[in-house]
Amino acid sequence: MAGVIHGRPLVPGAASGPALVGREPLSLWGGYDFHSGEIIDPHHPLHGRVAAGRILAIPYTKGSSTTTEVLLEAVRAGTAPAAILTTGIDSYFALASIVAEEMYGEGIPIVALSTEDFDSLRDDQWIDVAEDGRIEIHPLPR
Amino acid sequence: MTLHLSEIDRSYLDGEFGPGPRMAMRIIVRMAEVLGAEGLMDISQAHIDSTIYLGEAGLEFAERLAGYNVKVKVPTTLNVSAVDEHGWQEWDVPGDWADKARRQMIAYQGMGCIPTWTCAPYQTEHAPVFGQQIAWGESNAIVFANSVIGARTERYPDLLDICAAITGRVPAVGLHLTENRAGSVLVRLIDIPLRLQSDDSFYPVLGHALGKAAGERVPVIEGMEIRPHEDQLKALGAAAASSGSVALFHIVGITPEAPTLEAAFQGREPLRAIEVTLADLRAARSELTSAAGDELDMVVLGSPHFSVAEFQRLAPFLSGRRRHPRVELLVTTSRAMAALADKAGLLAPFRAFGGRLTVDTCILASPMLPPEIQRLMTNSAKYAYYAPGLLKTQIVFGSTQDCVESAVEGRVVRDESLWQE
Repeated sequence: MAGVIHGRPLVPGAASGPALVGREPLSLWGGYDFHSGEIIDPHHPLHGRVAAGRILAIPYTKGSSTTTEVLLEAVRAGTAPAAILTTGIDSYFALASIVAEEMYGEGIPIVALSTEDFDSLRDDQWIDVAEDGRIEIHPLPR
Repeated sequence: MTLHLSEIDRSYLDGEFGPGPRMAMRIIVRMAEVLGAEGLMDISQAHIDSTIYLGEAGLEFAERLAGYNVKVKVPTTLNVSAVDEHGWQEWDVPGDWADKARRQMIAYQGMGCIPTWTCAPYQTEHAPVFGQQIAWGESNAIVFANSVIGARTERYPDLLDICAAITGRVPAVGLHLTENRAGSVLVRLIDIPLRLQSDDSFYPVLGHALGKAAGERVPVIEGMEIRPHEDQLKALGAAAASSGSVALFHIVGITPEAPTLEAAFQGREPLRAIEVTLADLRAARSELTSAAGDELDMVVLGSPHFSVAEFQRLAPFLSGRRRHPRVELLVTTSRAMAALADKAGLLAPFRAFGGRLTVDTCILASPMLPPEIQRLMTNSAKYAYYAPGLLKTQIVFGSTQDCVESAVEGRVVRDESLWQE
């Protein structure tokens, strides 16, 4: 049985993929290698994991203003997450996706969740994100 | 909430000012909708962090805007580039990288920006003033402008900063508005020895702890017993904006919007209170060191960019001494600061010590370090935070004096006495 939650689509779009859930904020500059899609901040719990093509859950961005440029590079290089789920409104992720639409005709969905919904996410759940912010969560494969 | 646009905002969207300003306004309006703004507001200055060349996308964005022949509408300074424009050949920067990084520099200069090439624009003659509404990128510059100067900027991401400079308009949200500048987390310093509070290395360590504790909230520090100088506040902010999302802090009795505790919180109650003890600072200090052992290849200072005052404080440690032949000393700074330091007679002893200078950029923004440089030492929490991830190097955090002693000895030497009970 799939669970359903609803978020606010900051940048609407549809995407599907396995979840990669980080409980700590992340700076993509110094934190995300856009050549590989790997998380490279040794201070972060997701260090060493590859986020490309996954539904990346990160509460909010921290650190460098260059985070947006890194995400834009990742979208162009095809190494971006399939979608990003946050708590609250993260202007850095949203901006990168908006500029990607402006430059390349396509960004990635960015959806803001309530803290409770965010906390319920688990690694490797299969997640379907819909245009309207509806999120279907399929349990872990057996 | 509905977004109300002025007539001029609409004429930007209609393309009356051309395709570049139209694109910039379209991005700003979409962000205003995301942020739930009721309208846009004017800014009178900007600082552009999008100058750092990372790859094709950032360059394509800059060259698209430049290709539309846009000009910035307000005085606009430029952050670091990804090369030392005239000095990159002395280092390991690939020629292809330098070419593209310079194209990005040319694109932003062509838009009428001031080629300051520094992450410390608040230490130039272009610094904003108290209460001024500005749109700044670069995390350390944002937190300094808000906290130390009392100018007002949101935490602008790369790419939005230049859109704001082109249109002179931003969403009227966040730290532009008085009510959002109130403190929300109280940070009490508990029994921190005065001797430590007076030392430069206290500030980056406190900043590192502060960023982790405050996250994206506005912290208010109580219990500072000395009046920190500008470079100490700069180090504090840069650290807090690396380990966290701090865009504004208050220090009671010191920063301009915090004459009293009540003023810092605008009469509201703190959401929570945190105590910072010497033990917490020791833990924060050790987090800033990733290297084990005492081997050392390079000492690097200047993130944020070194100021003239920092050159001056460095000078007595260098005087009459020379670095160990196996260990480099590198200082990263701006062209303007290097010129001022030279005029002040501070570069001759620095060069006699065996120090090298890089301007326009830094070791994090430019692929300049040769592969044999694997073990770094720094007095900067920002370098200490980012080097292991970005450069895959190991790093040791120490005081300025520790850094110089280590460069002379050829191995890591740290004075632990300040950090003991």
